[in-house]
Amino acid sequence: MSKGALSEQVCREIDHWVAKFPKGRQRSAVISALQAVQHENQGFLTQDLMDAVAEHLDLPPIQVYEVATFYSMFETDPVGRHCISVCTNISCMLCGSTEIVAYLEKKLDVKLGESTEDGKFYLKQEEECLAACCGAPMMMVNHDYHENLTPQKIDEILEELD
Amino acid sequence: MSDKTVTIEINGMPVDATAGQMLIEVTDREDAYVPRFCYHKKLSVAANCRMCLVEVENAPKPLPACATPVMEGMKVFTHSNAAIEAQKATMEFLLINHPLDCPICDQGGECELQDLAMGFGRNVSRYTERKRVVKDKNLGSLVSTDMTRCIHCTRCVRFGQEVAGIQELGTTGRSEDMEIGTYIERSVDHELSGNIIDLCPVGALNDKPYRYSARAWEMLAKPLVSPHDCAGSNLFGHVLRGRLKRIVPRDNESINETWIADRDRFSYEGIYADDRLTAPMLKVKGDWLEVSWSRAISEARDVLRTSVGDDGNRLGVLVSPSSTVEEMYLLNRITRHIGSNNIDHRLRMRDFRDQDADPVWPALGMPIAALEELDGVLIVGSNLRREVPIVAHRIRKAAIQGASVGFVNPSAYEYHFPCAAYVEAPVQLLSQSLASVLVAAIEMDGGKASEAVRLGIDIAGINESHRAAAQVLLGKKQALLLLGQITLRHPRFADVRAIAAALCEVTGAKLGYLPEGANAAGGALSGVLPHRGPGGQVARTVGLNASEMLTDPRQAYLLYGLEPEHDFSNATLVTQALTAADTVVCFSSYMTDALLEYADVLLPIATFAETAGTFINVEGVWQSFDAAAKVLGNAREGWRVLRVLGNELDLPACEYRTTADICDALAAELGNQDLDTSYKGRFKPTLEEADIDILALDVPMYAIDAIVRRGSALQETAAARESKSI
Repeated sequence: MSKGALSEQVCREIDHWVAKFPKGRQRSAVISALQAVQHENQGFLTQDLMDAVAEHLDLPPIQVYEVATFYSMFETDPVGRHCISVCTNISCMLCGSTEIVAYLEKKLDVKLGESTEDGKFYLKQEEECLAACCGAPMMMVNHDYHENLTPQKIDEILEELD
Repeated sequence: MSDKTVTIEINGMPVDATAGQMLIEVTDREDAYVPRFCYHKKLSVAANCRMCLVEVENAPKPLPACATPVMEGMKVFTHSNAAIEAQKATMEFLLINHPLDCPICDQGGECELQDLAMGFGRNVSRYTERKRVVKDKNLGSLVSTDMTRCIHCTRCVRFGQEVAGIQELGTTGRSEDMEIGTYIERSVDHELSGNIIDLCPVGALNDKPYRYSARAWEMLAKPLVSPHDCAGSNLFGHVLRGRLKRIVPRDNESINETWIADRDRFSYEGIYADDRLTAPMLKVKGDWLEVSWSRAISEARDVLRTSVGDDGNRLGVLVSPSSTVEEMYLLNRITRHIGSNNIDHRLRMRDFRDQDADPVWPALGMPIAALEELDGVLIVGSNLRREVPIVAHRIRKAAIQGASVGFVNPSAYEYHFPCAAYVEAPVQLLSQSLASVLVAAIEMDGGKASEAVRLGIDIAGINESHRAAAQVLLGKKQALLLLGQITLRHPRFADVRAIAAALCEVTGAKLGYLPEGANAAGGALSGVLPHRGPGGQVARTVGLNASEMLTDPRQAYLLYGLEPEHDFSNATLVTQALTAADTVVCFSSYMTDALLEYADVLLPIATFAETAGTFINVEGVWQSFDAAAKVLGNAREGWRVLRVLGNELDLPACEYRTTADICDALAAELGNQDLDTSYKGRFKPTLEEADIDILALDVPMYAIDAIVRRGSALQETAAARESKSI
């Protein structure tokens, strides 16, 4: 639970964000800090990492836990290293996202919100519209958008991941 | 906030309000009831429960009274159809997920949600879906949780942020999954954290030791005063059939506001500890016998007379600083009547060299509420948050409003406010460290100080921390130098105080004390001192102080309300002295192995909640209270026992019928003298190193007196466990 848990690069990134806010308002940098930390830690946060962020920002740890548990983009439990989120909001749903999700669930043998046993894929439950309605149905894999999905296209995308 | 006055109309009545004030403050003042859950007068506005919606003319929708600033000409309706409808709708949503478990909920009968459900709830719920369930949290030994009952008002969260200064609870998750908790399992450890029990408007956070032991409507609320520290926090004892079931705060804006320390709230468990002494006992040829009161008192009289004989000086009287004024005054009278001046309540003090310059009573020098107005406070030798949590809270408020607060302390105790200066003063070198601050202050003041103020001190090594500490007091309109319990117990106390007084002279600051016990002021004023009688009259013969009575053992001792092996600066010495004495008469609420070993007569006395009495707090306020609970067993109120003993010893004018009679007698003796508490001594300090360890000076918060030591829930807290592990 020491500062040592954060890499030098993450610390630099956090400080970069802290500098954007008035002095004493470092709490505003929690989201950016957690994003940086989660990115470096294969897509999820641990309590040690959150404590380290709290210490780095000089905040009570609970204020970091609050943010991490509030936003769906933060994972507080270990997940697979490739994060797949299928948009299931209205446009995608009308264009067949239900089948896309079903196909992924069958292919990966997991339910929405679970990770594969080998720790490679995480099929995330997406809460909101991912704002790519023109290419529905769509999914986001590790922050990359893939549109006009078909089962075949999904196979190709997942094939390329190591 | 501007001071501009605006006129608004509440339910058709024109009233004045200050511009910028929230509507709910005005409706509260005007007694126009507006229901609320999240709003609390001592916390920031969250406006998240929406219960306080009221109708405002020309506003398109009902507005939350807690977050709507008043404006000129505003017309507010708190009971109109639109307002009531909005409040009822809010209530319906709040009850969606609330369990209907009032019959098994401790909050039942004193629950804001229950009350408002009566006023604003529907009698049949339209909600037929599943209710959510939230796992309970373990917050430690003091606060119980039933988190399914929580309505997310966030009062407890805001209390942590704003009052305690450390956020221990938070809101995790969102929407349906939102929970109040600590996220990882941990206890809430702040010394004021029990207040979240009172803040919680529902039964989510409750009093753990009290859990399931009584119903709110069965109990009587009796006013009490805290027996553990010199603030004299106001309490209510809730009593069921003569037994104290729990303690809650009694609002007193000038002392404890609406808060009390956990020590005041949970120590009552100690009253019902297994080792309570419930019958008078007598040692006859080495065996302990339970005897009648009349026999015990006449025996006490006889053994005192026999071992003291014609020489009163053979007797030593040691009194708990948390005894009541009445008890102390009677003890003073009895001791002087026997012919002894060896009487003292300063049990943990070590240095009495400058006692003649002591103030008439150890005073804060100002009202507790005025601490908030200070712009500079230098605290010398004090683990403030643990010594007097309520004073620490006031000083935190001052610091947040911009006061400079500095410490000269052996350790950087944790404070949740900006700290302007910290002088690390190893406990052996406390006087040197403060002297360095004095020299720095004289230097920064332009060297105008007189020779007398310089005290002949020549010290090198002044550094930035000393200057920063001096700066805390210099040039301030209202500054205070506060001597804490580490200083008072210090073997070089006289040196430290003389230097502190000089520092006050240079900077214009006031000098204040934070003495031990609930009634150190009462002890000094009622004459429980070897060198002074009531009201500070100088004694003709100076008796032995608490320390000398042990180093120079007496033949007879009278102990009042003590556990000698825990309540003195030197446990070994006191045990030796008492074991070697011919006679030891103990007034005690507890029967310990040690007392059975050296005592001859044990007289069981009532604890703070079972006796009528008066405590004088550190600002000099006399607070009288009646007995709340029934005295356990055959124990008696201490002042009654002392009065009878006084009669047995032929003490003249000892026919007091009530505690008020005794107070009146003392008040008559005090007269209208000027009770000036400033330092006028001319003690010449030396800067010798003290041979002492910090652990001997910093008595843990939950080990301060016999009752607290028996508070089982308090003993399980993180603070108690930490101090025991050292």
